[in-house]
Amino acid sequence: MPKSKKFNIPMGPQHPALKEPEGFSVALKGEKILGVEIRLGYNHRGIEKACEQNTYIQDLYLIERVCGICSHTHATCFVQAVEEIAGLQVPRRGLYLRTLIAELERIHSHLLWLGVAGHEIGFDTLLMYSWRDREIVMDTLALLTGNRVNYGMNTIGGVRHDITPAQSKEVLKAIDLLEERTKYYIEVATQETTIIKRLSGVGVVSYDDALRLEAVGPTGRASGLDRDVRRDDPYAAYGELSFNVITDNHCDVFGRTIVRVKELMESYKMIRQIIKNMPDGPIAVKAPRKIPAGEAVSRYEAPRGEDVHYVKANGSEMPERVKVRAPTLANIQVVKHMLKDRYLADMPIVIAAIDPCFSCTDRMINIEYDSNKKSEVINWATLHEYSLKWHRDRGVDFSKLNKQFQRRMSI
Amino acid sequence: MSQEEKVKESLVNKFGYLEGKVNIPRPRRIFLDTDLKNLADIILYAKDELRFNHLLTITGLDEGENLSFIYHLAHDSGLILNIKVSVLKSSPVLKTITPFFVSAEIYERELVDLFGAEVEGLPAGNRYPLTDDWPQGEFPLRKDWHPAKE
Repeated sequence: MPKSKKFNIPMGPQHPALKEPEGFSVALKGEKILGVEIRLGYNHRGIEKACEQNTYIQDLYLIERVCGICSHTHATCFVQAVEEIAGLQVPRRGLYLRTLIAELERIHSHLLWLGVAGHEIGFDTLLMYSWRDREIVMDTLALLTGNRVNYGMNTIGGVRHDITPAQSKEVLKAIDLLEERTKYYIEVATQETTIIKRLSGVGVVSYDDALRLEAVGPTGRASGLDRDVRRDDPYAAYGELSFNVITDNHCDVFGRTIVRVKELMESYKMIRQIIKNMPDGPIAVKAPRKIPAGEAVSRYEAPRGEDVHYVKANGSEMPERVKVRAPTLANIQVVKHMLKDRYLADMPIVIAAIDPCFSCTDRMINIEYDSNKKSEVINWATLHEYSLKWHRDRGVDFSKLNKQFQRRMSI
Repeated sequence: MSQEEKVKESLVNKFGYLEGKVNIPRPRRIFLDTDLKNLADIILYAKDELRFNHLLTITGLDEGENLSFIYHLAHDSGLILNIKVSVLKSSPVLKTITPFFVSAEIYERELVDLFGAEVEGLPAGNRYPLTDDWPQGEFPLRKDWHPAKE
């Protein structure tokens, strides 16, 4: 490959179109990406260090703020490790309630993703409606915990909020409505030719590459990698629930969409089981202020994939070490692979399709351009517009589908 | 014999010096201590023979005189093998495991930035997670490092 003049196009780290600070640096030849350099770290806030200087219960609230979307994810993953070290047996009702919030969080996250994915390909009506439906689950979370995000549900030894029969009814009502809507999303996502055309063959990762690069979550499952911590390393109440791990063999963004929408259906199924089989009894046990010396590794299937926490206790009221490995970090190598030799116009949707969470990961991306053209500056919004136009010029236009979808949903 | 016990037996059979150094604190969790010179052999054996083919992460620990690193490997059946190695803080040198696990790159960069580990063979690339202008010789996750007072 002839070596041409290389220059950096800084995108970010701060720009209004993306919700989190991140910069990309892409090596580009014509319209094709030669390679991607990733620079993470813009969101690093020193949470692990801070955990060593606060008590376990303070850390729980800090850890919940590692991420705004997967807040219950991190809190649960952390608290499970602490409970294991302390030898605490969380009452079954507590575990069921923890699992209920976990699956509601997954629904909220997957609906959010569906909207973002719609937006990145120009199907903005999908964004509007999936986010409208996401409000239903946000309201349900607020009903149960008092908060739309950062639910504060967990405590060491169990959960902080019990559920009333009236609240259970509200949850079931919300799930019925969401299930009906999701069926339509599945129909649109799997049958609409514009979507199939736009997402198929984009961001390809074969099964072998997914295995080698250790893809996690829906990204791996859409390449046939049959891994889900909820089934493989069961925690909370998952060992007592009946559900399917959704996999798909499309190995592209289309497959990742299918996996996520179908996972929504599994979450509804699980929530009904949780409400129906909710055990009686206490929701928490009292936890000691000081946690005996020991260590534990805890895993949790976040909406984006596997979350890993390691906690080491030294017998005091503050941990010796807290280590967080969020799912996006595990998928970074996979994204680099997906973008290589692909069109720049597909970059937004490919990145969006791993459902990245940079706040969790640092917790950012830096991409370098390689071209003999003179240097230019590009931001995410420009790239988004470029991507939509590039595909419109090649016959992929969502205007008709946007209108059609709007007519159907407004009934 | 449980799956965990089988893994323990295989490891001890293959590496005699692991006798008494493999613990199973609870189902699906196996912890073992090893020295640096045997680390790569154990990781490779665990990956290729015992099918622990997923590196969860690498945790760094400041243990006073030593820095310790735990390589967390996972098996599709839910088992996690935690391989701990300790090195002197005065010469914290490791060999990269990126030839076995591509994903290790970012985890090893974390050890370099946050613990001051030297990772031999780590491919060139951007640092992670600290800023490019971070002062040399400052490793935030070492116990003797404290954030500057405002």
